[in-house]
Amino acid sequence: MNRFQRAATAGVFALLALGAAVNAGAQVPYERILNAADEPENWLTYHGSYSSLRFSTLSQITTENVTDLESKWVLQNQVFGAWQSNPIVVDGIMYITERPNDVMAVDAVTGRVFWMYRHTNDEAAAVCCGANNRGVAVLDDKVFMGTLDARLIALDRTNGQPLWDIEVADVNQAYSITMAPLVVKDKVLVGVGGGEFGIRGFIAAYDADTGEEAWRFYTIPGPGEPGHETWEGDDWEHGGAPIWLTGSYDAELNLTYWGVGNPGPDWNPGQRPGDNLYSDAVIALNPDTGELDWYFQFTPNDGYDYDAVQVPLLVDMEWEGEARKLMLWANRNGYFYVLDRTDGEFLSGTPFVKVNWSSGLDENGRPIQTPQPAGAPTWPGNQGGTNWYPPSYSPRTELFYFAAWEDYATIYEPEESVYREGRMFLGGGFRVLSPTEGAPTIGIGRSTPINNWTDAVGHGSVIAMDPRTGEAKWKYDQFDVSDSGMLTTETNLLFTGGREGYFHALDARTGELLWKASLGAQIVMAPITFMVDGKQYVSVISGHTLVTFGLRD
Amino acid sequence: MPRLRRLFLSALAALLLVFSFTRDVAAQALGDHQYTSAAIEAGSRVYTSECALCHGANGDEEDAINLRLGQFRRAQSDQDLRDVITGGIGGGRMPAFDLQPDELVGIIAYIRAGFDASGVAVKVGDAARGEELFGGDGGCASCHRVNGRGPYLGPDLSDIGAIRTPAALQRALLDPDAALRPIDRPIRAVTRDGETIRGRRLNEDTYTVQLIDSQQRLISLVKADLTEYEVGSTSDKRPTTLSADAVADLIGYLLTLRGIR
Repeated sequence: MNRFQRAATAGVFALLALGAAVNAGAQVPYERILNAADEPENWLTYHGSYSSLRFSTLSQITTENVTDLESKWVLQNQVFGAWQSNPIVVDGIMYITERPNDVMAVDAVTGRVFWMYRHTNDEAAAVCCGANNRGVAVLDDKVFMGTLDARLIALDRTNGQPLWDIEVADVNQAYSITMAPLVVKDKVLVGVGGGEFGIRGFIAAYDADTGEEAWRFYTIPGPGEPGHETWEGDDWEHGGAPIWLTGSYDAELNLTYWGVGNPGPDWNPGQRPGDNLYSDAVIALNPDTGELDWYFQFTPNDGYDYDAVQVPLLVDMEWEGEARKLMLWANRNGYFYVLDRTDGEFLSGTPFVKVNWSSGLDENGRPIQTPQPAGAPTWPGNQGGTNWYPPSYSPRTELFYFAAWEDYATIYEPEESVYREGRMFLGGGFRVLSPTEGAPTIGIGRSTPINNWTDAVGHGSVIAMDPRTGEAKWKYDQFDVSDSGMLTTETNLLFTGGREGYFHALDARTGELLWKASLGAQIVMAPITFMVDGKQYVSVISGHTLVTFGLRD
Repeated sequence: MPRLRRLFLSALAALLLVFSFTRDVAAQALGDHQYTSAAIEAGSRVYTSECALCHGANGDEEDAINLRLGQFRRAQSDQDLRDVITGGIGGGRMPAFDLQPDELVGIIAYIRAGFDASGVAVKVGDAARGEELFGGDGGCASCHRVNGRGPYLGPDLSDIGAIRTPAALQRALLDPDAALRPIDRPIRAVTRDGETIRGRRLNEDTYTVQLIDSQQRLISLVKADLTEYEVGSTSDKRPTTLSADAVADLIGYLLTLRGIR
């Protein structure tokens, strides 16, 4: 292959001129995804690998030459609104979604588009927090996308034609899909959103070839199932517990891990007495059968919208002198947890921001809840100490990096809510604590270039957490909060951004700022890195713009 | 690709080209594939007297049927329509009509012309026979992909029946050059190290071009890196040499390709 011919190889059709059409060989078989670490030039899944570390062994861009980064190309989103999508890169081709459910195949070196697929959503599609889509999954010759109207679509990776298109859940009940699916073996796993609409959450697996449903696991146990007793009456039917973020997979244990969202109605826990399993929990599911292996609930009977919709990071490291398979988890509820991912055993939990909804965790990791009096602020606030923004773990520094929201609190105003199909089911409301009544406060996403809420209502920081101690090794403070994910590299670089529109590279060891680019609008995704023709690139999305950086030629 | 094989393929392609040019001599007149305007006109009168009472002036009074837009419950080919009209359907809901042969032809012509008495009515044949032709004598399947099967050389036809009229499909078969969309035009590029790349254009700008090449790979080329770059204006496909009936069958099949939803 010469240097200006980059091809999505594998499908070789030399015999075609003779009229014998040979089918393209499988281009991204499961084995490639399983061993994604062996090909750091590609970014094969939403998180880059099944362990979700978002750590790359590419080493061309270093702490020394990172200042030589320059923009190589830019792709503009055609649709307004936060662009949360995470690109996937396979052999020089990038697959990226834009709102609401467009998929593009892009040449990863020039940023030029090969094909685009547009899905038109049902008019009934409803989402709480924007028409978001976080990306696709690939397997063999297909690309998979979930849609806002709760469908799952398989596209032909070469030309973007739909191959199957199935209903995952009823759009009229406000089920939706915003997450990138996860492929495990021959199945496509996808969960549903709708936690603000009184859905009954679930995750399901579909045959990658046909779209046929293989299994479905409800995140709220039905009558007769273990855990059902954590709900009263018919609360379970509309108890929320969505799964809207891509999970992780441990092939050795054959377990997938998923963070489960908030119970509904969100802010009125008195309306749904009980622990409300498996809301705000991590669940370990067998990918072949959907069977629950273990669970760990972070926030029982949550009244604060503390979704456990974070990414389970799977790290093998020494814990108190013993080699263990761990799961690292900075939770929306303000605690940083270390679990044993073989059985869900709680190993440690430490607050990383100010927390007053609980006075601590007991020996099993269960919080001792301390609800605040009516009208009093709760820390962390409704968006949490952190949220869905993907963290990173670097085996080089042995540190866990994530975006935290500091000094941010919310005053909750619970109310009784009546469930009505397809309508919001919130249980009251909340306001963000501000020194001045009626002043602008932090919301979901940022829509103005002026930060008129200021750090008086909260600010962001990158926390480099030492998982062994639960202490921050260092912190990098930002004036506004951040919904950006993290990317670390072999060369001790940490790439991240935030709502201010800066894309910056920090020294992962010290938190020292090494380089920054002002891209002008919020970064609400996690940057990725890849390599084509021997050149390393870093891609990030700011506002409506996907920028791909590389070293100056 | 080894040099020898490439040479062999080029020679083969040249041969095929010569072959198809000689066959072009037998190119057909459009009239073989269409109903006459006299038939359409006659059909409009028969429709008004025999059909409009139930189907309505616009052909959309019956559920799930829009005769003017070519939407039927089950019928696909002209023969299917003929069978329904002469045999009735729905347990007597639509009675059998005893019409003269030219009246029957007229009604079908009028329906195929989209109720436009001065329009064009393309003959639509049997979809099952058309499907066989697609994979066989028609030679379509050697370039076109349908529902995840077949090569990527020509445009994917999985939903072509939903986005093209019968008349447009017929034009594409009888006069491919006129039907070739500019974006699909064939590309020939020679790289600095002498490699020739051929393919179908997917996207182009001032400095780059994206294509799917003859080996069905997605390729992005930087024009500054090319020594030669040509965009062809004619389709690789030559006018079909199939009979009028076979073309009608092929159109019948293509009209059934309506995507996966």
